[in-house]
Amino acid sequence: MLLIENITKTFFPGTVNERVALNDVSLQLNTGDFVTVIGSNGAGKSTLLNMISGKLPIDSGDLSIDGSSVKRMPDYARAAYVGRVFQDPMAGTAPDLSIEQNLALALRRGQRRGLPWGVTHKRRAFFREELLSLELGLENRLKARVGLLSGGQRQALSLLMASFTQPRILLLDEHTAALDPQRAELVTTLTESIVEKHHLTTLMVTHNMEQALRLGNRLIMMHEGQIILDVDAERKATMTVPDLLAEFAKIKGASLDDRALLG
Amino acid sequence: MNAALELGLLYGIMALGVYLTFRILNFPDLTVDGSFTTGAAVAASLIINGVPAPLATLAGAASGAVAGLVTGVLYTKGRIDGLLAGILTMIALWSINLRIMGKSNLPLLREDTLMTPLRDAGLLGGVWSILLFAVAALVIKFAIDWFLSTDLGLSIQATGNNEQMIRSLGVNTHRTTILTLAISNGLVGLCGALIAQYQGFADVSMGIGLILVGLASVIVGQAVFGRRTIFIASLAVIGGAVIYRLVIFFALGAGLNPNDMKLISALLVVAALLLPRWGFLKRIPSLRQMRSAAAVKAN
Repeated sequence: MLLIENITKTFFPGTVNERVALNDVSLQLNTGDFVTVIGSNGAGKSTLLNMISGKLPIDSGDLSIDGSSVKRMPDYARAAYVGRVFQDPMAGTAPDLSIEQNLALALRRGQRRGLPWGVTHKRRAFFREELLSLELGLENRLKARVGLLSGGQRQALSLLMASFTQPRILLLDEHTAALDPQRAELVTTLTESIVEKHHLTTLMVTHNMEQALRLGNRLIMMHEGQIILDVDAERKATMTVPDLLAEFAKIKGASLDDRALLG
Repeated sequence: MNAALELGLLYGIMALGVYLTFRILNFPDLTVDGSFTTGAAVAASLIINGVPAPLATLAGAASGAVAGLVTGVLYTKGRIDGLLAGILTMIALWSINLRIMGKSNLPLLREDTLMTPLRDAGLLGGVWSILLFAVAALVIKFAIDWFLSTDLGLSIQATGNNEQMIRSLGVNTHRTTILTLAISNGLVGLCGALIAQYQGFADVSMGIGLILVGLASVIVGQAVFGRRTIFIASLAVIGGAVIYRLVIFFALGAGLNPNDMKLISALLVVAALLLPRWGFLKRIPSLRQMRSAAAVKAN
């Protein structure tokens, strides 16, 4: 499904600010996998997502979706396969357009956009039905400007827009981090039900370890540009946050020791 | 007064073009100063060479669109700053316009133009020609309203509103940007072609400072008539263009001379930008803030 082979990404190469964001990362996602990604700041989680979505070019390595390489495909072309929700609730929607216009834009993901009306009766009925599943009452506010919605509502709408056309891969980049706990919980629940409903192959970055363990069927931990832990569904089911922290301390300690020795 | 209304409606077409870039695409496009003259120069030269006026007018519009396309390519593919890209095209067009015209002024007095039937029938300066020009401006206004509500038009609106978002939904924003600049400058070129025929000549300096007229029309019009929906916003732009001409008309009547008009234009834009921040008009934006604050609280 999604195959990442030996991807490396270095920012500001050849300068004093040189930073290796991804170091020879390989990862394979199977259809229907829901993988949660955790790791400290600067571990390379967001860079990994930016590589997959095509927002940033890959230095070396390969990336393929359904067996064909998409490495050279620009971000807007890759959007046909990849849906994405950003951390910033303002990033995923156009504030001056209405809810129904935003949904109409999302509905044409990866397709040609010509001169038919953006919002038709038929589409509006479909939007209403989809918005109903969010249980936020947005189905009655189709013509409201998205800029008037709260952060939580906008993020829920972004999630719907990223997923309702059923892209091959759904990328969630700490999409609940900027919300208050109550809204975050709501968006998390929505995420679970939407991924479940469409059987989406999902990669979700989170800072919340408890959430990372609770959601999905696989967990990976990143550190300093590498995947240092890959937990399968079986093991994940019995794992607790202290287990995860202990595992992290163990691996991190080891890597520090290595470096101290090699240093 | 009637002539001011006629001119206002004709310049409304140019203002609609400026609206597309300035408000919809959020792009400060200075190409306008050059593409307006290009439209006039192409139409005038073709008419003088015997090409039927409607065809020559369309060619003027097309040449404006090409100018917009060049600015768009410089900005997107060349990654040149938007303001600079527009200035580069505008400056280059000065020479090109002179090449097209062959000299700095082309009179059209004895030629068959789109305005000839109106002039022969004695309609120019009367109610009927004002109505006719109003219909022409409205037809273009409604075409823009429709276009912006199509799938393609929505993706153009989103390009100006949240580029990252619309790229993540699969839109090549370079293409939408270039397309919008081409359409915008096409309208500006069309306006140039019509103005040349209306006033009976094309002049190489007729576009100087025109971007300010366009901005004044958009900003003043939308400050007066609002911009809540596309329908209102585009109508307001035409209204703004008419208001601008009336201001010029009264300024001239008050004894200022035509060379003062650039100053008047600049002052008008400054006033329209600053006034909403002061005094009684200040309530409008704060109302908006209150509403969104209430929306946040309600959740």
